[in-house]
Amino acid sequence: MKYIQDDFKIAQVNKLTENIVEFYIDCPLVADVATSGQFVHILCGDLTLRRPISICEILKEKGQLRIVFEIKGKGTQWLAERREGDVINMLAPIGRGFNITPDKKAVIIGGGIGVIPMLDVAKNCSADACAILGFRNKQAVILEEDYKNAGVSVEITTDDGSYGKHGFVTDVLKDYIKNQKIDVIYACGPTPMLKAVSAIANESDIECYVSLEERMGCGIGACLACACKTKDANGEHYKHVCKDGPVFNSKEIEF
Amino acid sequence: MADLSVKIAGVEFKNPVITASGTFGFGREYAELYPLEKLGGISCKGITLKERLGNPPPRIAETASGILNSVGLQNPGVEKFVSEDLGWLKQQNTVIIANSAGHSLEDYCKTVEVLEASDVDMIELNLSCPNVKEGGINFGTSCTSVENVTREVRKRTSKPLIVKLTPNVTDITELALAAESAGADSVSLINTLTGMKIDINTRRPVLRNNTGGLSGRAVLPVAIRMVWQVANKVKIPVIGMGGISTWEDAVEMMLAGASAIQVGTAIFHDVYAPIKIVDGLNAYLNKNGIASVNDIVGKVQVW
Repeated sequence: MKYIQDDFKIAQVNKLTENIVEFYIDCPLVADVATSGQFVHILCGDLTLRRPISICEILKEKGQLRIVFEIKGKGTQWLAERREGDVINMLAPIGRGFNITPDKKAVIIGGGIGVIPMLDVAKNCSADACAILGFRNKQAVILEEDYKNAGVSVEITTDDGSYGKHGFVTDVLKDYIKNQKIDVIYACGPTPMLKAVSAIANESDIECYVSLEERMGCGIGACLACACKTKDANGEHYKHVCKDGPVFNSKEIEF
Repeated sequence: MADLSVKIAGVEFKNPVITASGTFGFGREYAELYPLEKLGGISCKGITLKERLGNPPPRIAETASGILNSVGLQNPGVEKFVSEDLGWLKQQNTVIIANSAGHSLEDYCKTVEVLEASDVDMIELNLSCPNVKEGGINFGTSCTSVENVTREVRKRTSKPLIVKLTPNVTDITELALAAESAGADSVSLINTLTGMKIDINTRRPVLRNNTGGLSGRAVLPVAIRMVWQVANKVKIPVIGMGGISTWEDAVEMMLAGASAIQVGTAIFHDVYAPIKIVDGLNAYLNKNGIASVNDIVGKVQVW
């Protein structure tokens, strides 16, 4: 089994901030095959399109997935109104996640809600990995304790300096690279951040993988809606975030 | 046990439910979820003579009870479709319909020549993709060009030929009659309705292509009306599509005059939608003591 579509029970609901909600979902079959960086496609009531939600943690022993999402529109609003014991319909797990090599020295970068899928990555990296997590301000900081519990070192930045270091994740990344030899960067966040991270990785000749977002249809590579521009020796192409990604080698992406 | 089989242009379908072009790729992604032989047929993603990159994203936007899309016919080209996907598709024990698109008469003819030499069961001529307008010609909206393209393609293939019609015209029955007179074996309708959605904060259209094709439940009543009108004008079988997402919708479409139906956008909502429609149709026929699904085609009792 690669992915399935079925009803699954929400085991637990928590509110992380005013507009960020987390679910623990009982779905042993999905948890069993899911990998870091994959996502789930959730039916939201009568809305035509499912909503792609990244997997925050894969809890294989418990047979659960932890998902964390921001309320952004009608779909996520509907989803946020679900309660413990409710059943949701998911097409999952889908997408190509991060290919994590634990013996490589890694830097994990998350920007805003982009920190969500990177937690499971952190859990699978070696203890000498560093997570650099950027947020708008102190109120927006989420998952800090979870990252610490994952065993990696954690650096927080905020755009306004209200918590952690004042500045962007890229400022911390540049300093970090000066002092340490790193093998690989894994990143998720806003496109301008990914573009900047990717440029730094290129200059320093560091392998870099980024997780992208695009408006999505089917979720499994059939409808070709969620296109992202890529390049290779044969020129430019549109690949698809749902099936070829969401994780891509940053060298492939035409930002 | 009701008989769900239908025959269109000499081709036997085990049931009247076909997945619509552009929503089902070349089937591989859904074969991970259920055997494709449960389907009556598959209308494959639209293919052109040469590879097409498609439109820049965003290519999709949700609207009230529907979606807008502007994928722009991204496809690997007909040769690659035949060499890499068709062989596999033909093993799936369902009717394989190639959907042929283009932007010049020559392209349509050459694409169809390649398909004629292949194993596809039927050809659906997509004269109506709203998202591709190279050369400023939209083949689907004028009776003269529909007739001309159909006639030229007809000369090049002995395979059953379906002409897919656009609803973005004053009178779709004229297009259907044009296709029929030029030798089409069947018409399928409706393709998407051209629409637009604007982000009120950025004041930008949500789709990078500005406009796109509307599909989904929102368009069902328009599709029912057009299929009914066309079925009353032409002698060739009509394949109905546009917003079908339940078996009830499928029954409605067949009562309006469709000999078979296509399901598209509903698959994004529920991957099992086409299968549930097959099962629901069967139950409906059994419950009402109707021996064959063909017995409901065109049986609307108009006022």
